[in-house]
Amino acid sequence: MTNTLHRFGPAESFDDDFIVFAMACKGPFKQENALDGLRRFLQIAMEYGPVNLGDARHGGAIRPSRQVNPLAHWSRDNAPDFQGVVDGLTDVTTCAAVFDDRDKAEQFVKRIKDENLGLSVNVSTSITGAEDCCDYAGIPRHSVGYSLGFEGKTEKMPNAQVMMLSTMCGHGMISHSLAKKMIDFVKENRRTPEQCAATLTRFCSCGVFNPSRAKRILEDARTKTS
Amino acid sequence: MQINPQKCVACGNCTYVCPMGAIYIDPVLKRATIDRDECVECYTCFNGLSQEHLPPAVVRTVRKVFAAMRIRFEPEPDVCPTAAFEPDELTWPRVVRRAFSDPRVPHESTGVEGRGTEEVKTNDVTGRVGPGDVGFTIELGRPGVGVRFRDIQEVCRALAAAGVAFEQKNPVTSLMSDVATGTIREDILDEKVLSAIVEIKVPIARAEEIIRLVWDVEKRIDTVVTIGAGVRCDAQGDDTVVAPILERLGYNLARAKTNVGLGRRGVPTSAPEREVVTM
Repeated sequence: MTNTLHRFGPAESFDDDFIVFAMACKGPFKQENALDGLRRFLQIAMEYGPVNLGDARHGGAIRPSRQVNPLAHWSRDNAPDFQGVVDGLTDVTTCAAVFDDRDKAEQFVKRIKDENLGLSVNVSTSITGAEDCCDYAGIPRHSVGYSLGFEGKTEKMPNAQVMMLSTMCGHGMISHSLAKKMIDFVKENRRTPEQCAATLTRFCSCGVFNPSRAKRILEDARTKTS
Repeated sequence: MQINPQKCVACGNCTYVCPMGAIYIDPVLKRATIDRDECVECYTCFNGLSQEHLPPAVVRTVRKVFAAMRIRFEPEPDVCPTAAFEPDELTWPRVVRRAFSDPRVPHESTGVEGRGTEEVKTNDVTGRVGPGDVGFTIELGRPGVGVRFRDIQEVCRALAAAGVAFEQKNPVTSLMSDVATGTIREDILDEKVLSAIVEIKVPIARAEEIIRLVWDVEKRIDTVVTIGAGVRCDAQGDDTVVAPILERLGYNLARAKTNVGLGRRGVPTSAPEREVVTM
């Protein structure tokens, strides 16, 4: 799956978008104690100020509720629950930490290297951003998966701002319509960018959505249409 | 997926969250309605919408009064006020839609979880893509367009005709009735999914040929395409071979996922496990 790879936007739009994810290999060479390693990965991530954290089975740090209190319409809790993600990890799956700051991402990758968890670790961001993370950690890149962007019937795609928001969930769980609606909410000053970013984040089923980047895009969209 | 008409209050919140735009308010029924042919069973409506459990009759009355007075209540946009969505029992071939569209469920239909494989994400352990190889992921339908298996088959047949071998553990490959020709089983060709990934690996020397082949077949299918190209870096962590090819073809390489090489092999076992696909 390629759900962190194909994010829409030029390289500079990923300056506040660093996804570091860990996964255990399946098959004949699977790592032992992978669940402990993944939990440790998430715990360490919390020390470096992530903007989202998640696992692919249970979701991210801002999740939908099965039992919303009607008062939530006036006072919704949009705070991420990072500890809940750590505590909720029950299976070996892919775990992700999202940062909006290059320094934090670099320091986190270096720390993960020093911890020697044995898990495969990937950094999904601009090519240069990932190179910087590797340089800081003192490790050469092992492999690279390039995104070649969007092609084919691109006339079916919406405008750039909607694309930048909706493609932050590579599983496709964030609809273009909802992204457009959130932009309109901000334009009409009916909701804040923070509130709209939290709404979008709840639809990401694995925690790789970047609410900080979304907030910036929504703020930009308030006055500019692309 | 079904919407319980006894519960639905036609608030319209769900119409925005459907990635396929398959939900609308029927003006006659005055209920949210799912276009079954367009629905890909991704469960975004059921999983992503938060749920209130308000009495439908009360909500409808309040909405009627507000509407008559031209008053607009501004509820949270991601809440179903009456928890009206109810998953139904999916059978073959419709179950294929969910397998390729809802990332949280295993592929009961295919025997493989997720839409693709681990490709280069665990390459430091598996060595799946070696020096001299390019691993291509050709994803169809994302973002927000969807794809039918008939179009997926068009791509697969073109690749097969070029003599390309498909990744064996990939879900699309598992649904082929003839892997040698890239033919997908007939009974699912009209099924629509949120996205599907075709995976292949070729020598670097064939990278340009494959990309040009995809460009050609893109003209014949009714969806969007995203290509990923996975490569093994050299000992210095550089890729001085594939990136120049891609740039020469006009690609502006802005984003990548980079395997930083920290994976460690466990003790080998003889029983291979199924692939799990995630990020």
